[in-house]
Amino acid sequence: MELAAFTLIALIALGSALGLILKRNAIHGALFLVVNLGSVAALYLTLGAEFLAAAQVIVYAGAIMVLFVFAIMVLIPGKEETGPDPRRPLRWVALPAGALLLAQVLVILVGTRGPTPVGSPAPGGVEAIGRLLFTDYLFPFELTSVLLLAAMVGVLLLARRRT
Amino acid sequence: MPLGAYLTLAALVFAIGLFGVLTRRNAVGILLGIELMLNAVNINLVAFARFSGDLGGILFTLFTIAITVAEVAVGLAIVIVIFRVRRTVEADHLDLLRG
Repeated sequence: MELAAFTLIALIALGSALGLILKRNAIHGALFLVVNLGSVAALYLTLGAEFLAAAQVIVYAGAIMVLFVFAIMVLIPGKEETGPDPRRPLRWVALPAGALLLAQVLVILVGTRGPTPVGSPAPGGVEAIGRLLFTDYLFPFELTSVLLLAAMVGVLLLARRRT
Repeated sequence: MPLGAYLTLAALVFAIGLFGVLTRRNAVGILLGIELMLNAVNINLVAFARFSGDLGGILFTLFTIAITVAEVAVGLAIVIVIFRVRRTVEADHLDLLRG
């Protein structure tokens, strides 16, 4: 059962990732990314991180993708990436670069023995996460709020019309 | 499922994302590829948290998600400003600083 669930989720995640990079249309890419993020949220559920799965759907698939689709609609009307590519030979370097990185990571993975899973899984519920967030991880939590504030002010400044 | 299965899936998604970043021509497409790579890293963190019994990985994933939101917001704002000035979002045309 667990194997079947993992295989299904992994196939959906890999298929949507491939669809994202193979489709030239940016809006199709954004929709494939939604599928990918949803499948990763399902993967979090199988790993016992329920809160993270909910946060993934709300923040990623909700907020970020709306922003992406909005930007694509504003910036890239209709078909894009047409016309001659000025750097076509260089594009082909991307495939060996990606394959090389993958090979390196896989060699390291095969060479090391992974840890055996601990008896009881770490409880990924809201209570445990909230308790840790406001005790041990309070400082990074507050830093994140400062970062979000800085990003908000920065975006407002960037998007302002020069008058 | 062994830990290696999750790490292999994450490595595959990360490499696919890198390929996307290198081949995309418009800046929004490049940002989409970066999202894919960040997502692959999150899979790793959650898998390690599950297999070591430490909730730290899950908390770091939460922070990663928050930072990603800031990154996307600022990145898309920069792309929109570039579009206003140069009337293009193709990364190859943005060579103002080229020597």
